[in-house]
Amino acid sequence: MAVLASSIATDTLQDYLAEQEEKPLLRFITCGSVDDGKSTLIGRLLYDTKLIFDDQLATLERDSARHGTAGEAIDFALLLDGLEAEREQGITIDVAYRYFATAERRFIVADSPGHEEYTRNMATGASTADLAVVLVDARQGILRQTRRHAFIASLLGIRHIVLAVNKIDLVGYDEAVFAEIAKEFRAFAGGLGFATIAPIPMSARHGDNVTANSAHMPWYTGETLLGHLETVPLAGQDLGRPFRLPVQLVTRPDQDFRGFAGQVASGRIAVGDDIIVAKSGRTSRVKAIVTADGDLPAASEGHAVTIVLEDEIDISRGDVLATPRDRPQLADQFMAHLVWFSAEPMMPGRSYILRTETDSMSATVTALKYQIDINSFSHEAAKSLHMNEIGVCNIATQSPVAFDSYKANRTTGNFVLIDRLTNATVGAGMIDHPLRRATNVQWQALDIDRNARAAMKHQKPAVLWLTGYSGAGKSTIANMLEKLLHASGRHTYMLDGDNVRHGLNRDLGFTPEDRVENIRRIAEVARLMTQAGLIVIVSAISPFRSERRMARDLFLDGEFIEVFVDTSLEECARRDPKGLYKKALAGDLENFTGISSPYEQPEAPEIHLKTAGREPGELATQIAEYLGKH
Amino acid sequence: MSLTHLQRLEAEAIHIFREVAATSSRPVMLYSIGKDSSVMLHLARKAFYPAKPPFPLLHVDTTWKFREMIAFRDQTVSDLGLELIVHVNLDGLEQNIGPFTHGSSIHTHVMKTLGLRQALDKYGFDAAFGGARRDEEKSRAKERIFSFRNAQHAWDPKNQRPEMWKTYNTRVAPGESIRIFPLSNWTELDIWQYILKEDIPIVPLYFADKRPIVERDGMMIMVDDERMQIAEGEKVEDRLVRFRTLGCYPLTAAIESSAATVPDIVREMLTARTSERQGRLIDKDEAGSMEKKKREGYF
Repeated sequence: MAVLASSIATDTLQDYLAEQEEKPLLRFITCGSVDDGKSTLIGRLLYDTKLIFDDQLATLERDSARHGTAGEAIDFALLLDGLEAEREQGITIDVAYRYFATAERRFIVADSPGHEEYTRNMATGASTADLAVVLVDARQGILRQTRRHAFIASLLGIRHIVLAVNKIDLVGYDEAVFAEIAKEFRAFAGGLGFATIAPIPMSARHGDNVTANSAHMPWYTGETLLGHLETVPLAGQDLGRPFRLPVQLVTRPDQDFRGFAGQVASGRIAVGDDIIVAKSGRTSRVKAIVTADGDLPAASEGHAVTIVLEDEIDISRGDVLATPRDRPQLADQFMAHLVWFSAEPMMPGRSYILRTETDSMSATVTALKYQIDINSFSHEAAKSLHMNEIGVCNIATQSPVAFDSYKANRTTGNFVLIDRLTNATVGAGMIDHPLRRATNVQWQALDIDRNARAAMKHQKPAVLWLTGYSGAGKSTIANMLEKLLHASGRHTYMLDGDNVRHGLNRDLGFTPEDRVENIRRIAEVARLMTQAGLIVIVSAISPFRSERRMARDLFLDGEFIEVFVDTSLEECARRDPKGLYKKALAGDLENFTGISSPYEQPEAPEIHLKTAGREPGELATQIAEYLGKH
Repeated sequence: MSLTHLQRLEAEAIHIFREVAATSSRPVMLYSIGKDSSVMLHLARKAFYPAKPPFPLLHVDTTWKFREMIAFRDQTVSDLGLELIVHVNLDGLEQNIGPFTHGSSIHTHVMKTLGLRQALDKYGFDAAFGGARRDEEKSRAKERIFSFRNAQHAWDPKNQRPEMWKTYNTRVAPGESIRIFPLSNWTELDIWQYILKEDIPIVPLYFADKRPIVERDGMMIMVDDERMQIAEGEKVEDRLVRFRTLGCYPLTAAIESSAATVPDIVREMLTARTSERQGRLIDKDEAGSMEKKKREGYF
């Protein structure tokens, strides 16, 4: 900022500030493989544009002597690598954001990590960027991470890419090396849909072609990096796009005011315009556009406003106000590109929380269509997505979502997936299109409901979900329990994990993916049965917390009773009623719970049955008594 | 109709405020009385207009703030009709913890970090707004806008949640919380330009005036009350100074300046050659000290 100051006369401060206000903003990231010099490049950029304060420079010089990897010289990477672990290891772990401006533009730059392990952090930086500077070490050429980052950049909708062929000094400023790398890059990135691809040879450490043209490379007559960043055409706002406003909250300070607060995601809206509510299809007209600075006649992309409508219609958070002439999609099934972040793989059938900008609901990946190989960009069959993998999948949500395709709208076309137990953000998605079957299959309302059916049986429906190791005694207890309930006139049905595998789940094996699907089907069948008014007893190992939670969420509060049949693994293995432990311990049986596949104990089951020293009949009675009381 | 730079920052902050209010069960705003808090409060009022912000303000009082700060705080809260919770770490007070007797590091840890943790636990807040900016310090530059804290209030910088687009993951388990920084993308200059544009009231200590100053270790410390011991050889002089950043008075150094209005300050900012945290003694203890404090639960 200091660089601009000398030219300011006192009386023109306001004019000067007003002019600064109008400068366009470019958000960009630096990415590429480890040690390609990303942090060094940004440090150099800030240093050469005199945007480093004196005390920061003093700290940098001190730190360079202690941690630096540049010998006697200043190690610019230390300006960015702000975490202790980063400085100790000399790597970048997470994104650092820096802010600077030149006479032409304002910039927000995200310095992103190169390690594959930290792809999620690179994606974080890329999700809000307009341009990516992909660095390549001139000695190494295009690497796996170069391809991965270029691909993720295109997937996330970044329009412009700079190929920074760095450390060119270490190959003797050789034009042929640069030309070869640029050619190879264009060969694969040309098909990724970027608006511009600009290769620039440079040395971040010595400053060649960063802010000033290099004296060492007379053969290069193109722009410097900074020159390019200042002039690359920005796709200004297209206010012709259809109006979208995802509703964040309903503002109701008193009886007379009801407004819908949100930030305009695209297009423009004016007082008197017709709008449609994406989920209900109800229409109304804009009565006022309210802000703390007074009502506005109109608002456009980026404005945070509160909209008041002519009519009293039901709208809540998660809905989208839109132009009736071009409505968003509304569907509970769609196809999307998915980037996976979690060490725990994505499994089709498992239930996650899906979060769009303002909406949130349960969702499952119903099919993983294919995984994308980041080296060849080819499509490959896969059963699950592991950390840092990218795939295309079908997703089903518990209730309909209003959205656009990500290509049409980065704001209303994105979502993240959240783990139900840890609340970690495990994946990020870009919606491609709704699935046909979703728009055609409608929910049929039935006149006789669950309450009517249950009342005829004089009972409250429930599901008793028995979980535990194989051989814990689940089936024996369940069998006795059903006899007890039957004797007292209750209408019951028992779903036994083994029996279900002979029919409904005959196509499933014991891999983690299949176990998830197995439980999903049992839970759905149990739900249908409770709707028929029955008391359902489920006996299934159901080893994963996440699926038991998914099952629980299908039922009303208090209807799902988790029963942990707690028999130690040693005792189960000693009993071994089916001879399975013997086989598993001998290595003849893969994916056997407790031996070669995990069992996650329930944390807060409604009933915790410690079986040691107790008879099955006694344990069954304990469950029946619980049911009687609740 | 494209948004200007400050409009863009304002809209981003408003969006963040609304997301938190809509999704967390017990939000609070950390109010430290400084210029960033003033801007944050102004934005919060805009975000919910015509309603009031649906959360209280929390001031963790170390009992060593400038007297003018406390007066400004009380005036602001009464003018705006807001709910203010003031929390003091009584254990620390009982042990007479203070910056002169125990040094900046222990004082800050006990009265600020532990005090904050106590207050958050006591009221069960699951979301707390803070006025920190990424341009302030290197470890802050790495922090998410929605920054997750475990049940011990600790930040795990090596394992932050991905933060994609403006699609924030606001979910926490009981006991865990999120710190939210609506000013993440603002620079110090942006803050001043916004104060100028919106005419936001700030503590008068930011403006140059003659104030009683003692020079200590190259820093200009203001004598704000009788608890400050004047050592032999030190002398109190009236000097024309102002503060670029405000905290506990013995730990916040003044700068020589004649900037007596907001436009003066903006002009001074445009030619500044040092960063604002220069005047913060607590940052100097060791490199990486901010990150260490944050891992312990500091804002």
